[in-house]
Amino acid sequence: MLPIAARLRRVYGEQLVRVHVDGERCQGHNRCAAIAPELFVIDDLGNATEVGDGTVPSGGEDRARLAAANCPEFAVVVTE
Amino acid sequence: MRPPVADWATDFDHTDPEWVADPYPIWDQLRSRCPVAHSDRYGGVWLPVTHEAVSAVAYDTEHFTSRSVVVSELRPTDKAPPAPIGLAPPITSDPPFHGEARRLLLPAFSPAAVAGYEPYTRALCRELLDAMEGKDVVDAAGDYAQHIPLKVIVEMLGFPQEDADIFRRFIHMVLEDVGQSPEDRLAQFQAGEIDAYIEARIAEHIASPRDDLTSFLLDAELGGHKLEPRHVRGTMILLMIAGIDTTWSAIGASLWHLAQHPSDRARLASERALMPFAVEELLRAYAPVTMARLVRSDVELGGRQLQTGDWVLLPFPAANRDPAVFPDAGRVVIDREVNRHAAFGLGIHRCIGSNLARMELRVALEEWMARYPEFSLADPGAVTWSAGQVRGPRRVPVRLG
Repeated sequence: MLPIAARLRRVYGEQLVRVHVDGERCQGHNRCAAIAPELFVIDDLGNATEVGDGTVPSGGEDRARLAAANCPEFAVVVTE
Repeated sequence: MRPPVADWATDFDHTDPEWVADPYPIWDQLRSRCPVAHSDRYGGVWLPVTHEAVSAVAYDTEHFTSRSVVVSELRPTDKAPPAPIGLAPPITSDPPFHGEARRLLLPAFSPAAVAGYEPYTRALCRELLDAMEGKDVVDAAGDYAQHIPLKVIVEMLGFPQEDADIFRRFIHMVLEDVGQSPEDRLAQFQAGEIDAYIEARIAEHIASPRDDLTSFLLDAELGGHKLEPRHVRGTMILLMIAGIDTTWSAIGASLWHLAQHPSDRARLASERALMPFAVEELLRAYAPVTMARLVRSDVELGGRQLQTGDWVLLPFPAANRDPAVFPDAGRVVIDREVNRHAAFGLGIHRCIGSNLARMELRVALEEWMARYPEFSLADPGAVTWSAGQVRGPRRVPVRLG
């Protein structure tokens, strides 16, 4: 049984959750990538950006929200 | 001996024995009385204690300068230490120079770069734990915690491992001897012991360059020019000072906590996935570092009028205990998942060694817990804490088993 979000996505075929890192706010705490390494990449300076266009693969929604809730700089934004 | 504190809201002293032993009730009391306390000590110093007020200072590089980040009786004049580099760039630098000096160092402390030191750190922890075999009581701070960041940074800088004791003395001088008279403090720095030590290491590296941070700094360029010698020296001093007793404090405080909380120990021992959350929670609850700023131009903070030249303490550990941001702020919730703590600071001066510190803390706890899942405080009255802006236990006798 798939989680509800994934079932809805299958039915409606839309991107339900996306992450974005505000590069102006990010100071390289690396909390997001530690929580959700599949959603964020860290550059040579230690700063984060979202992987690809930020679409969260099915099943990763909670980790995306947790990453946002742990950013000390409020740099990680989740849109649903 | 400094005079006792009359009232924490109007006469606080961060080196007072009561603060050193347990600052949390003081900050809790102040948070309900005023978000920003003041003291005439040290020539005038402010103390924001809420997450909101601490953040406001950390993010405002216009009204607050990082020219001096250690509050002492020796207040820097407008001329010394020279802006914008400051004594220990980039922690003592302001924008825009700060950004350049910081970018230079960041790659050496990225998560990927730090991962390279994990095997060395793990082997070191095991060696220290081996040396405890057969003992009933050990000092978790003195026999274990302090050696880990010390030896790792000595390795990164490419300094002789046997110089560890010299490092310890320098750290005490800069961070803990802050209650000295201005004359004594100035004389101690002018004696030039730290500078002489650094000069000797630089000379060795110029004679035979190596793959370490010292040679990296000597080779590094900003805007097409080699770094000024005082920039190289300052950054080396920063890495020596900032990388050691901070992490030593975090490891020691975490073990001090675990020694007293069997249920947290049991969960850590049985749930491996808990460790990353536990590390963040221990960092939140026992954040070692309080930073400082000087007021660059008159500004209001939490309803108080701060004057140019005033000191401002920046207690990230107090921000981390603010119940407005953290439910159950005064308690260690070992599996706390939502934890936006500020142990490594906020804004452009985010601790450059945070990835290194986290790795060291995690590895130190993993290895200790694997070897000694059972331990308890042997003598609670014998625990001592450092005084000043870096707080951690300096002596933690624990009984093994």
